[in-house]
Amino acid sequence: MAETETSFEELPDAPPRRRLRLSWSGKLGVVVVAFWMVIVVIGPSISPYHEADILDEALFIVPGSDNPYPETDYQPPSAVAWLGTDYLGRDTLSRTLFGARTTIGISLASTLLAYLVGVTLGIAAAVGRPVLDSSLSRLNDAILSIPSIMLALIIIAAIGSTIPILIVLTGLIYASTVFRIARSLGLDVKVSDFVEAAKVRGEGLWWIITREILPNVAMPMATDFGLRFVYVILFISSLSFLGLGVQPPQSDWGSMVRESLSGLPYGSIAPLVPAMAIATLTIAINLIVDDVSAHSGGRLARRMI
Amino acid sequence: MPPLLEVDRLVIDARTESGATTPIVKDVSFGIDRGEVVALIGESGSGKTTIALSALGYTKPGLEFTSGEVRLEGRDVITMPPGEIRDLRGQRVAYLAQSAAATFNPALTIGEQVTESPLLHGQMNREEAERRAEELYRALELPDPDRLGRRYPHQVSGGQLQRLMAAMALCGKPDLLILDEPTTALDVTTQIEVLKAFKAVIRQEGAAALYVTHDLSVVAQIADRIVVLYAGDVLEHGNADQVINRPSHEYTRRLMAAVRPPPAAGQGDDALEEHLRDHPALAVRDVSAGYGRLMDGSVAVTVLRDVTISVQRGHTMGIIGESGCGKSTLARVMSGLLPASEGAILLDGQQLQPDLRRRDRDQLRRVQFVFQMADVALNPRQRFGGILGRPLGFYFGWRGRERRQRVAELLEMVELPTEFADRYPEELSGGQKQRVNLARALAASPEVLLCDEVISALDTIVGANVIELLKRLRQRSGVSFVFISHDLSTVASFADEIVVLYAGRVVEQGPTDRVLSPPYHPYTRLLIASVPELRIGWLEETMESRVAQAGIDRVVRMTEIGCSFFDRCPLAIEGVCNRETPPVRHLSGGHAIECHRSEAEFIEGIQAA
Repeated sequence: MAETETSFEELPDAPPRRRLRLSWSGKLGVVVVAFWMVIVVIGPSISPYHEADILDEALFIVPGSDNPYPETDYQPPSAVAWLGTDYLGRDTLSRTLFGARTTIGISLASTLLAYLVGVTLGIAAAVGRPVLDSSLSRLNDAILSIPSIMLALIIIAAIGSTIPILIVLTGLIYASTVFRIARSLGLDVKVSDFVEAAKVRGEGLWWIITREILPNVAMPMATDFGLRFVYVILFISSLSFLGLGVQPPQSDWGSMVRESLSGLPYGSIAPLVPAMAIATLTIAINLIVDDVSAHSGGRLARRMI
Repeated sequence: MPPLLEVDRLVIDARTESGATTPIVKDVSFGIDRGEVVALIGESGSGKTTIALSALGYTKPGLEFTSGEVRLEGRDVITMPPGEIRDLRGQRVAYLAQSAAATFNPALTIGEQVTESPLLHGQMNREEAERRAEELYRALELPDPDRLGRRYPHQVSGGQLQRLMAAMALCGKPDLLILDEPTTALDVTTQIEVLKAFKAVIRQEGAAALYVTHDLSVVAQIADRIVVLYAGDVLEHGNADQVINRPSHEYTRRLMAAVRPPPAAGQGDDALEEHLRDHPALAVRDVSAGYGRLMDGSVAVTVLRDVTISVQRGHTMGIIGESGCGKSTLARVMSGLLPASEGAILLDGQQLQPDLRRRDRDQLRRVQFVFQMADVALNPRQRFGGILGRPLGFYFGWRGRERRQRVAELLEMVELPTEFADRYPEELSGGQKQRVNLARALAASPEVLLCDEVISALDTIVGANVIELLKRLRQRSGVSFVFISHDLSTVASFADEIVVLYAGRVVEQGPTDRVLSPPYHPYTRLLIASVPELRIGWLEETMESRVAQAGIDRVVRMTEIGCSFFDRCPLAIEGVCNRETPPVRHLSGGHAIECHRSEAEFIEGIQAA
């Protein structure tokens, strides 16, 4: 028998990990989120009126009608106000466009702050001494045990509501949930052999945190960032809905819903437009998060509750 | 009469992200008759598990059946409707996974889990199922069969749990049993106990079995027919005797060659005398260590007791013992990951701090640790260039071009292409990752390399290649190795000296030649006898021996007084061995045995057994 020149190469263990691929729903999510991000940037410059403008009665005079003082509030969509007007007769479209910047801006700033605080402390608790871990964790449990909206209500009632206060307050409240996730992810990675290998090499804490642990928790944390951002949008909107968030005449989606709520019985779409804006943005983010989470092997999903 | 299971021109493809398909199983055909054990053998990635799972009408996510049929009694299981598939699984075809520990639910009793399948499928009522389970416990030679069902998984040993998994699979009287590497993760002594029980119960039940493994020696003990797979292709297919004794394919011959010979005297490589100096490279003196540090500095659970060994420069010290004997703990103590509670560790005659955080950078550099599983020991988010470059920068301050050049040299040293510097760990095979893992330790130019079970997770051929590489590196560098393994034949082929650990104590140590030739400690003898040989009928012969009967199917237990090996020892002396700590007997040539028996009695005992 002729000896064949076959070489038996070592077979790879597993096919290489797939690159992140979005499903059609994920792609839809990206389109919607991108749309709102564009609105954040150009919204105020393309909006037909200013957010605080109360539209002039003259605009609503129907040609040929003899009524010189037409109603301006809760008007249905028309050529004058494409998405109708709210309870004061302000243009809903303009307010939604302006409100995108306020709502998304505040939420993003709060989430970033929550991440800065939560991840720093969470990883510190994971790799630090047991004393540090238990004291930070117990303090965090205490904060988590207070209903967040109550906590926010009390503090805002005490010190008032400005945008910086809103951002810092929301950021700190949400830092506690970020802390929990960062800590548990950190603990997971901390016991892996490659961290042990770095320790045997004599690496310091800084290297272990920034080079060994953080890159390995980045993907699940990014997924969580999306979800957290959604919660913050809803939280800020709820605060505004209760009248403790963004103060008039500045527009923000949550307060817009509240202001025009009384229009619902009259069939006005004024409260529906900002509600739809909140819904589309948060659902779209969720669609993206679903895909990212499935890609990272559901590692986050196991930890969420 | 057609065979029970017929795999007919089966093709299974993997679908990639771009929609293209890669074949995983390519046109495979074979059959299993009733009462027959067929082995699927091949390395990881050969498609053996994929084929085995197809008998359940199942593929892993991302794979799809492309063509061909898998017929159970003439019915194709691939196209079966879901309802029938449900009845098929567990009832007619049962699956035994590799890890029993992962299969059992720790919150339910053993009995509930063993009887679950027949109850679920409505085959038996509870009483019948429990009677059936008890019958199986007896057949599998499990202790205390009438009460075993009420215990929880953590209350039995690993080997017993592995056998209980067979009881779970067999309880519903399946026609076909699929065993997926059921003994791969076990110690040699446990493996032989499990193999024996599996073989007996399969014979007794008359069930057909599909046995998936990469280990030819195991296959030789249990299979009637063997199918050799490589990359989804059947290379050879025949009855066990023919494949093992007269292999026709080159690949099968290569698999056979990679099986390490059973340990025997005269295997150790000659030590390189040129590197010898006054001090041993690394010495451990009277070290005790354990887990759970108490207030007074002692430990709650002692794992190592009074261990004294010294590793000569350029020599390789093999450390063997079953799991739970303290092998890995010893390596962790040497590296400083686990500070010793007592005793001293000396590097080239200079005492080291027990805790690695107090050792200086140069001391850390000189002792390097190679972790067992390259999969988890390499940061998945770093390229190999970074993984290998870091120790160079950290210990020697090398940067830029100089460092890149050295990384390339290291990759060459472990016989990998230099382009791998730009790759991530997940892109490589297990053996290649293990090589990088090794290169990272070598990057520090260490004096002592601690290798913790570095080839245990690798397939036979891949592992043999890594051993060859280690031998070449040792020749060139003069590094001292501490080589830990539960696989005696690997250690025998590589180490100059052997230390046998049992329950945290050194029971025997000396040059490989001496340790592997009589007289030996009864425990060493048990270990040697348990290494499977590539020979049909070996299992039965071994089980006949007194050593195996006394020592197999027992757990490692540490005793406060006397010799811990007492209850497994064929030479134990009641009233002495269980009362007094055994003395150390120094034999000729640096060979030491810790035992109450004298040299003459060892030899006598061996002849009797």
